[in-house]
Amino acid sequence: MKNIILLTIEALQYDFILKALLVGVLIAICCSFLGIFLVLRKYSMIGDGLAHVSFATIAIALLLDKSPLLVSIPLVILSSFIILKLTEKGGLHGDAAIGLISSSAVAVGVLISSISKGFNIDLFSYLFGSILVISNLDVIFSVILSIVVILTILFFYNSLFAITYDEEFAKVIGLNVKHMNYLISVLTSITIVLGIRVVGTMLISSMIIFPTITALQISKSFKNTILISLVVSVLSVVLGVFLSFIFNFPTGATIVILNAICFIICLCMKKIKSY
Amino acid sequence: MNNILSIKDLTLKYGKNEVLTNVSFQVQQGDYIGIVGPNGSGKTTFINAILGLKTPFKGEIEFNKDIVKQSSIGYLPQRSIRNDKLFPAKVREVVATGLLAEKKEPKFYVQEDYNKVDKILEKLRIEELKNKKIGDLSGGQQQRVLLARAMVASPKILILDEPTNALDSKTREELYDILKILNIEDKVTIMIVSHDLKTIGKYINKILYLEGKVIFYGSYEEFIYSKDMNKYLDFFIRDRFNGGI
Repeated sequence: MKNIILLTIEALQYDFILKALLVGVLIAICCSFLGIFLVLRKYSMIGDGLAHVSFATIAIALLLDKSPLLVSIPLVILSSFIILKLTEKGGLHGDAAIGLISSSAVAVGVLISSISKGFNIDLFSYLFGSILVISNLDVIFSVILSIVVILTILFFYNSLFAITYDEEFAKVIGLNVKHMNYLISVLTSITIVLGIRVVGTMLISSMIIFPTITALQISKSFKNTILISLVVSVLSVVLGVFLSFIFNFPTGATIVILNAICFIICLCMKKIKSY
Repeated sequence: MNNILSIKDLTLKYGKNEVLTNVSFQVQQGDYIGIVGPNGSGKTTFINAILGLKTPFKGEIEFNKDIVKQSSIGYLPQRSIRNDKLFPAKVREVVATGLLAEKKEPKFYVQEDYNKVDKILEKLRIEELKNKKIGDLSGGQQQRVLLARAMVASPKILILDEPTNALDSKTREELYDILKILNIEDKVTIMIVSHDLKTIGKYINKILYLEGKVIFYGSYEEFIYSKDMNKYLDFFIRDRFNGGI
């Protein structure tokens, strides 16, 4: 136990741990703020779909030797708009549109990685995250964009709540539901791309879904749900970073497992309470 | 009495099919109108057009701008709109959304808004529910909460789409009693889509019978006693044997 405490203190001496904590916590906050709107509107899988898209965009960035963050954000936003358009105008159900775009994007990513040798190891690090090796430039981008995402959600909070509860009523009272849907898509795309550094493309959607569904088990109000999911999300990231340093675990997977443990605990609490 | 709403030559389509053709009539301030007709007669499409949810193929829907603003239109949807037990919203949070129409971004609430929410909950005799999770309420309670949301901005016109579907008869009568009070005391103009002609007949002063077009628009008494309307009344009698009236 003493060893663990000493190792935790030691971890705080390292720059890369502090950077990981800063970026991880900010992205955890973004995920919990966005998660409630996505989960309750039954758009949870858009996180998964866009994460798959980002696999292709990262492959493109590595092929062109550009920053994966800068290449991925506009391309993932564009893909999210295509998904929305396919749903609105193309008559496809949301899940089908997400499946269509995400599987096509993965195919593009695999093709690029197979024809251009040399960056498969880098690509692998994006699949499962590598928050401990995040660059200074990525830290700056992540901090700025995370703050933008959080402030935007706070600014539109009441409108987003109204749309999430009852989209038809929101239209009747004059809220621009279409614009709000695009706004959510942009914010989700940014969060997904930023989150890839934390847990990777394979696991990022869990950072959006887990904290919210955990909070939903025990919360009584909307704000309370956001608060609980925020605590769960931040706690999982902070503990995950330390545990991965101390026990040499993969960080992304550790964060997701901690999220899953929190969910099981809250589900049990709810079941016990209902008896 | 002032005209509050004028409909002129309104034609609505659903895909390529005309659902309603050349509908024209006027609504006076303080009217309580029952909109009836068989399934597929265009009732819901019609109110969706009035609410701005459906673009007319032809014709005009004109509110009297001296009386009606965006926030002056209240809307109560069918009950089944949100029955997700997990949805973590408190009654107060849901009712407050009815005030968003009159706000500019950022649409933040102030204390006065919460006072309005508490006042309408009190008026509808559900103030004890304000901190309850909406998913934990009964169907009748949820419908009253949604009525509070529709009424919190003190609308001049209230539009209801089959609000009593799946409610028991006691709860249904309670809801109609509240609507009548809003109509008489607060002079709210009410337009209600319903299959329940027998019950709403006690409350409404006008009836709009739709079946692809306007079959009848006038007072409830005229409708009931008109020989021309006998065949349409038959529909409601048949409906009674199918579990309707």
